[in-house]
Amino acid sequence: MNKAVNQKAWFLILPVLLLVAFSAVIPLMTVVNYSVQDTFGSNKFFWVGLEWFEEMLASERMWNALGRQITFSAIILAIEIPLGIFVALNMPKKGFWASLCLVLMSLPLLIPWNVVGTIWQIFGRVDIGLLGYTLSALGIDYNYTQDFYAAWITVIVMDVWHWTSLVALLAYAGLQSIPDAYYQAAKIDQASRLSVFRFIELPKIMGVLMIAILLRFMDSFMIYTEPFVVTGGGPGNSTTFLSIDLVKMALGQFDLGPAAAFSIMYYLVILLVSYVFYTVMTNLDKRDGH
Amino acid sequence: MAKITLENLAHSYLPNPKSEDDFALKELNHDWVDGEAYALLGASGCGKSTLLNIISGLLHPSQGRILFDDKDVTMSPTTQRNIAQVFQFPVVYDTMTVRDNLAFPLRNRRADPAYIKDRVQQIAAMIGMEATLDRKARGLTADAKQKISLGRGMVREDVNALLFDEPLTVIDPHMKWELRTQLKSLHHEFGHTMIYVTHDQTEALTFADKVVVMYDGRVVQMGTPQQLFETPEHTFVGYFIGSPGMNLLSATVEGNTAVVGGTQIPLGKAFGAPTGKIELGVRPEFTSLASGDEGLPITIKRVEDVGRHKIVRADFNGTEINILAPEGATILPEMNRVIFDPAGINIYSDSWRVAPKVA
Amino acid sequence: MSLILEGVSKVLNGQTHIYPTDLTLQSGTMNVLLGPTSSGKTSLMRLMAGLDVPNTGKIIWGGKDVTGMRVQDRGVAMVYQQFINYPSMTVYDNIASPMRLLGQSKNQIDAAVKKAADLMKLAPALLDRKPLELSGGQQQRCALARALVKDAGLVLLDEPLANLDYKLREELRAEIPKIFEEAGSIFVYATTEPEEALLLGGNTATIWEGKITQFDKTPTVYRQPVNATTARVFSDPPMNFLTVHKTDSRLDFGDGQFVTATSGAFAGLADGHYIAGFRPNHLKLGKEVADALSFTGKLTVTEITGSETFIHLDHHGENWVGLVHGVKNLAIGADLNVHLDQSHVYIFAQDGTAVAPASYATTA
Repeated sequence: MNKAVNQKAWFLILPVLLLVAFSAVIPLMTVVNYSVQDTFGSNKFFWVGLEWFEEMLASERMWNALGRQITFSAIILAIEIPLGIFVALNMPKKGFWASLCLVLMSLPLLIPWNVVGTIWQIFGRVDIGLLGYTLSALGIDYNYTQDFYAAWITVIVMDVWHWTSLVALLAYAGLQSIPDAYYQAAKIDQASRLSVFRFIELPKIMGVLMIAILLRFMDSFMIYTEPFVVTGGGPGNSTTFLSIDLVKMALGQFDLGPAAAFSIMYYLVILLVSYVFYTVMTNLDKRDGH
Repeated sequence: MAKITLENLAHSYLPNPKSEDDFALKELNHDWVDGEAYALLGASGCGKSTLLNIISGLLHPSQGRILFDDKDVTMSPTTQRNIAQVFQFPVVYDTMTVRDNLAFPLRNRRADPAYIKDRVQQIAAMIGMEATLDRKARGLTADAKQKISLGRGMVREDVNALLFDEPLTVIDPHMKWELRTQLKSLHHEFGHTMIYVTHDQTEALTFADKVVVMYDGRVVQMGTPQQLFETPEHTFVGYFIGSPGMNLLSATVEGNTAVVGGTQIPLGKAFGAPTGKIELGVRPEFTSLASGDEGLPITIKRVEDVGRHKIVRADFNGTEINILAPEGATILPEMNRVIFDPAGINIYSDSWRVAPKVA
Repeated sequence: MSLILEGVSKVLNGQTHIYPTDLTLQSGTMNVLLGPTSSGKTSLMRLMAGLDVPNTGKIIWGGKDVTGMRVQDRGVAMVYQQFINYPSMTVYDNIASPMRLLGQSKNQIDAAVKKAADLMKLAPALLDRKPLELSGGQQQRCALARALVKDAGLVLLDEPLANLDYKLREELRAEIPKIFEEAGSIFVYATTEPEEALLLGGNTATIWEGKITQFDKTPTVYRQPVNATTARVFSDPPMNFLTVHKTDSRLDFGDGQFVTATSGAFAGLADGHYIAGFRPNHLKLGKEVADALSFTGKLTVTEITGSETFIHLDHHGENWVGLVHGVKNLAIGADLNVHLDQSHVYIFAQDGTAVAPASYATTA
């Protein structure tokens, strides 16, 4: 609609613009600044153009980290999304048990990242951890500090434990919004449980599910604290994901230039994937005729 | 198709109902004849949805039995009752095509694919959606979706009953007429037992052979539209059916004369001497204005020109009386009397109609 | 104070919502905007309120040009089809809210709220409740009371009764004109229902596809439509139409039915084809006047509204609708004779302009 024009409105959003400038734009420009310069210390900088970007693109180390990162995100999405839906489908719909379930489900979400890491680090230890000790007592060779598979499984299980509830809660909210009439109609049509899921529940939760996938993708793609606390990126480099690698490079080796170029590319990848998700989601909505 | 019998049926949402007031649906005995179209009509909260849910099996009654063709189904789940239902809001499977939506109930019952194909085509023709059969249901208009729900309800030939729960609520006014008409002709064509729940008198009276008027958890009258108009069994029916509704005046009745505020009104039939709170009911259609000494003295407060007729709002000792006058009638200031046509007068005792004595 | 629209139009995304419109509304009048869904009623109201700015034209209120002025500065009250109240405030606070914004005194507010609530038949006990605890009818009464206390010069009511049960609608509809009569503001009431327009009285503007087709006293618009579009909009069920032919003094209705027009409105018509229109309620089942025109059609459907019956006839492939008093039980599919008094016939030219009004309307 062509509303009455009100120029004063611009003043109202000015504070937000300033805040965003200070909190996001200026730090980002600092990173951009680093990515195109080199320094030999004592605060002297030289213009190097796109050299750092070229170096990072040629770096096997970055590609390896990216490969690990994509594998990790793919695995946890493949587990958490179906599992979350499954949990949501089996949660009670109303009453005391529904509230209890909701509280229990949200508990993992309330624990700080580094605490989650610490919990699992101790939980999985062979000498004192309940999980690690039980597994070795059963004769299973489990040691996440030395074994590649053990490390990956631990990191994945930890993430699933931490974040599946988020997917479940979102899916649950989507399911709750389906009117009873749909289930009644399905009963009358003698639809099987599978049909009810495929033709009623899944289409109706598609929207929230997209949001869940997007959130989980972005979050897992930027994962740092938990694996860092548990495995420290090891054994070897086997759980060194992008952000762990980035921190190693920037703060461990103090290679600020390459690290800045790295983080810009990292940022662009996330931006790109989010954009793709956004487009898919809005197209879904359009097909709905909204 | 089946006959549906309700036996001593009653329902309360409370676990231990004590008085009659605790019942959302008061005790009820009723037969729904096979192949008839019924409407359940009443204001919101009158118990009509409760009754529908008991018939469809979504709710188990606190007492009494419900029989489909003399078979007790009181505790059977919805799936075993073989009914179809159209809901207030269109329920369609969004991701399926219109064709798949219509075929869904048959496929789930493992019908022969060739039969399904023919039947779906036939139903699509009936609801006028042949052209959109291969479109996805998502994105269709509300009335198209509601037509699909309707078609899905009709697709099985062996359903015991078709239930409608205010199916035209979300439909655009000018489409309502079309769908209502379509429903009626479908009933004529197929003769399903149909039960249609609504709060809209036009929908109920147009659709149904017999209208069941509910008020406060009770069935106050079941009858043809004509019966509801001419002889409302309860004052609520008189008020609820027709606009404006029936005029009600406190009266005393003896034999074939009623006395209203000192004026004698001939009734044309004998009523004996009914007791209780006596009221005289007469619809605005059976009243006319007059001047002179005959009739009930009134003062005219307002005249509303509704085009096809005039509604005269008059006052009689603080009670409003609505009088219908023809389109061209001139309302003169000296008109201070209203005359009731004896044929349109009903007498009520404690809100229930008193049957006239047969001479 | 009067509200004057001068050549006001509204185009959005290349689509014309309102064609250039001139309209003058006097204060103390009830003005009905009558038209089907999406005919432009709401668009026009938004322009009047100042929620939208017109593409062309001027809006003059009380002699002052208010075209670009914001709605907040205009003193407009609006009631919508949806029941819009502040959910977290009590009914009392809801009604009082516009006066509080104006900074009026407590006593003033209290008196006005009580008066408005009383007019709207909101019992004092309801005033302490929250809107969502009330029935739909009471919620809308609350919204109407709020519009009333605002004492705005312009009150816009956009299908305020559309979402209510018909019995409630019947009661509120009878009350609204009484209540607003005294207030002295300009009332604009949008509705899709001709019957509502007639009950509200006052003036009516019929709207069709973004154009006002006629604006006059409500009974005048109803009985003397200037064109077929107005007649169609202001008739529910829709007006019936039939092509007729005039040769010499004979106006031929087909099926051997004709009117000899030697005097009266039909006499002045030039020879040629015309469109005859008549309202459903003028189609009678019995022959009431000797020179009535008689037609036969197949009865397709009957609809019963409680005290009246709609009859749908197939007359040579055209759908005719009749409206008769009482509940009639007629056989579907059978042939039915219907009669039409010629004084109830409107004659329109081929382009829809009224050329001869129905004689009953001009003599009454």
